[in-house]
Amino acid sequence: MKPPRIEIDGVTKYYGDVLVLDDVSLSVAEHEVVCLIGASGSGKSTLLRCINRLVEFDHGTIRLDGVSIEDERYGGTGLQKRVGIVFQSYNLFPHMSVLDNVTLAPRKVHKVGRRAAEDKARELLSLFGMGDHAGSYPEQLSGGQQQRVAIVRSLATNPDVLLLDEITAALDPELIGEVLKIIRRLKDEGMTMVIVTHEMGFAREVADTVCFLEGGRILEEGDPAALFSAPERPETRRFLQRIIEAGRL
Amino acid sequence: MSVAPSASGGAPAEGAAPRRPAPPRRRNQWRTAIRPTIISVLSVLFVFGALGWWVTSAEMWPQVRLQFFNLDAMIAAFPGVLRGFGVSVSIWLSALVGIGVWALVLAIVRSLRAPWFTPFRLMVVIYIDIFRGIPVLLLVLLFGFGIPALNLPGLPNSGLFWGAVAMILSYSAYVAEIYRSGIDAVHEGQWAASKSLGLSEWQTMVYAVLPQALRNVLPALMNIVVALQKDVALLSVIGVRDAVREAQIYTAQTFNYSSLIVAAALFMAATIPMARLADYVTRKDRERRLQRAG
Repeated sequence: MKPPRIEIDGVTKYYGDVLVLDDVSLSVAEHEVVCLIGASGSGKSTLLRCINRLVEFDHGTIRLDGVSIEDERYGGTGLQKRVGIVFQSYNLFPHMSVLDNVTLAPRKVHKVGRRAAEDKARELLSLFGMGDHAGSYPEQLSGGQQQRVAIVRSLATNPDVLLLDEITAALDPELIGEVLKIIRRLKDEGMTMVIVTHEMGFAREVADTVCFLEGGRILEEGDPAALFSAPERPETRRFLQRIIEAGRL
Repeated sequence: MSVAPSASGGAPAEGAAPRRPAPPRRRNQWRTAIRPTIISVLSVLFVFGALGWWVTSAEMWPQVRLQFFNLDAMIAAFPGVLRGFGVSVSIWLSALVGIGVWALVLAIVRSLRAPWFTPFRLMVVIYIDIFRGIPVLLLVLLFGFGIPALNLPGLPNSGLFWGAVAMILSYSAYVAEIYRSGIDAVHEGQWAASKSLGLSEWQTMVYAVLPQALRNVLPALMNIVVALQKDVALLSVIGVRDAVREAQIYTAQTFNYSSLIVAAALFMAATIPMARLADYVTRKDRERRLQRAG
């Protein structure tokens, strides 16, 4: 049997004495979209960042296609080539043009020639409606456009898994739609994604599985329709209640 | 008003210009523009006039003027002092290059985070502590007199060379800290983004962090450039014939201090444009930041 694309097995993480991830296990199949929801400080972003080793965890294993991400097969840039991430604050390189932002990793890490990298980048950019902005600098773009460039940048290395860390949280409400549209499209194309989000409506629509985290544990995990309409745990109910009161669902 | 009778009803009538309050009329334009200028000019004249009168009314002023502001002595001293100033400038330029490179090496070593770099990081911390702790003048004396006495094979023996080395070593400790503050000011997210794209720490430094860091610290570096230009005069204590030394030589021969004023004027002629340039760079940098924030 083919192993799941991502398999998180008993991951525990402390920041100093504070337990942020408490024996978390989660499995993500190929082409599956998993949304992590929960209050701030519930550990969802930390869990996400463990998957591409931006954060090192203390106990447990994370396997990508059945092989631990700490295995030497994923050493060097092996893991980064397979797993891309998009951040809340875009984190584009402000001193580089859009084109240079997108081609930096293909050229310097994966040793693609400048010509080939730029052709691929232009193709991706126009696919995501940013074709006219290849020469622009990040500060000349809107937040939504910057985030689209950031998504293109993470796709430029052909990852098999995309991690999205609250990618709409810094955007003005009218710009959120254009970014979410791209994520829907990536889902349709079969990208495996793990998404941390506060957009419950979006999570309900796009996720195959939703996980509710609190205090570093996955308290409830399931089909979005079921989890949002009839949560089993009182904690989940309370969280969703607060979201509804805030008018976000 | 007969032009737009319906304007009071809300939407302007067809053909009538929409009613807006007129832009504020500039009242008393002449007075608002000229009066502050006149006041500034008068107060400048008054304050500087009073200061000038106060100094020149001193009992010893005529003697001081002869000793320090003697035009004939200035003209006589000028060629020698200018030659010395040429030496100052060439030391300044070569020290700048040395400091720029060496401080960057120190800052990078101090900022790299890989664990096996720890001993080198520690060395840089100790280096910076030592060289910031010793006065530059003392370093110049130690290097300028001490090392040539060793007669090291394969290295130049001139006080000028070792004096300049002392300047470079000392200034680099400060400049390394400036570079480092620029590196630290680059947002953590830039490291995270680079790492998740697969860039090594070194590549992150070269492609992502340093270009931003250097831009961050350019105004601070310009100030160092100006300060260094004057501190080069310290090398005169080990006998380097720079502008100050040449001026002193003239003074020793004639008992007239006007040559010092010549040296001062030359330094000012060089540093004031540099300082203006530094201001300009700082302003540009500020505008760039504001633009980004807006």
